Amino acid sequence: MAEHTIKAFDEEIETLRGLIAEMGGRAEAAIEKAMTALQRQDLELAAQVIAEDKRIDVIEAEVEKLVVQIIALRAPMANDLRDVIAALKIVGVVERIGDYAKNIAKRVPKVVGNNRTLEPISLLPSMAQVASEMVHDALNAFAARDADLAVAVVERDSVVDDFYNSVFRTLVTYMVENPKTVSECAHLLFVAKNIERIGDHATNVAEMVFYAATGETLPDRDRGGQSRED
Amino acid sequence: MTEEQAALMPANPKMTARDVKVFYGTNQAIKGVSIDVDMDNVTAFIGPSGCGKSTFLRTLNRMNDTVASARVEGTITLDGEDIYASSMDVVQLRARVGMVFQKPNPFPKSIYENVAYGPRIHGLAGSKADLDVIVEKSLRRAGLWDEVKDRLSDSGTALSGGQQQRLCIGRAIAVEPEVILMDEPCSALDPIATAKIEELIHELRGRYAIVIVTHNMQQAARVSQRTAFFHLGELVEYGVTSEIFTNPRQERTKDYITGRYG
Repeated sequence: MAEHTIKAFDEEIETLRGLIAEMGGRAEAAIEKAMTALQRQDLELAAQVIAEDKRIDVIEAEVEKLVVQIIALRAPMANDLRDVIAALKIVGVVERIGDYAKNIAKRVPKVVGNNRTLEPISLLPSMAQVASEMVHDALNAFAARDADLAVAVVERDSVVDDFYNSVFRTLVTYMVENPKTVSECAHLLFVAKNIERIGDHATNVAEMVFYAATGETLPDRDRGGQSRED
Repeated sequence: MTEEQAALMPANPKMTARDVKVFYGTNQAIKGVSIDVDMDNVTAFIGPSGCGKSTFLRTLNRMNDTVASARVEGTITLDGEDIYASSMDVVQLRARVGMVFQKPNPFPKSIYENVAYGPRIHGLAGSKADLDVIVEKSLRRAGLWDEVKDRLSDSGTALSGGQQQRLCIGRAIAVEPEVILMDEPCSALDPIATAKIEELIHELRGRYAIVIVTHNMQQAARVSQRTAFFHLGELVEYGVTSEIFTNPRQERTKDYITGRYG
């Protein structure tokens, strides 16, 4: 894209995009670390995820401040306007994604110390993998202003929803058969729900990326894929 | 005009231009512009210096007639009537299509006379009392009455810049025009005086077809409902202002309004 006549404007937009890239990277890493901590029952790693979430909150505040400044001082128009508005909305959503990862990490101590291997946990890493890739692709789509990639992210949301329904059924069955595991299973159910919400939020980011890139809003998609147990 | 362009034109045009070309000697300033303007919308012409927006504005009331080297081709109509037809009375045309210029240019006469002059020469007032009514009504519509009602005999040139510009708008209104053309009406004014003119434009909308040329894109965004972007003598894009400023269709429009113009 051609440069602005006012170079400082380009620099501000670059700073903004850099902050969002960092924030997205951190959110993605938080999901992966939280899941690793859960699988390995690694309390230290879980604590690290919780501590690192603060940086995500800080970046959110920085982006909000910068967006207000750009709107006030540069009066952005057209694609520039859509970019900064999308940036403002995206950081709010990514901050929520970070919170879900933190929430997963907070549950790690609740399920450790139990030597029974919970079978349902085997589905969660794959589910988290898909959700985390959606976050990754949504933010890459923002960086590249790639509307097609954004659409691909939106379409993948149903995969996470299907995973969630599957995990839900498995956990319920497991709890019925092994009543002593109800407490752990309840925590795992929340983990699954958190991952499902991460998928939804990645979808929201992708929708905003699509708007920023094209100026059009995505047609209302079929939300039938959402978990039935909501 | 393509079907797509035609779809973006207002429904009930007051003035229409078709394939308008303007030449200054051998230099072509306007390269085939087709556009409609209506009463319901304020229409803004934007574009970089030399893009032809002022030249085009001036074709709408034949101000280019006064430039010896200027030649206009194409068709421009007012209520369906060709304004370049030999039967058109240019003096009458300019009463119907009034103009406000960049620099406020009141006559070196009293405030009252500035407004009364047009109605008098066009025979719109039968008596002094009629004229008084027209002067008050015009100055009220121009948002200036309360500021000048006690000093109507003072010279128009003694007013502040913003007041002078509103006086010029009042003077244009006094002859009951149908269209008001404004060529950079605020570029010599401070932000407060500018805001008053913009508010006035908002109030006058619907009563007159208003076309405004402005270098200030924020002003176009604030006062107009339709925006036309001119570049190198062409009409690049014309459409609903909120669309033009959030999602322009043409790359050249986008580059200009986002400040990427080379």
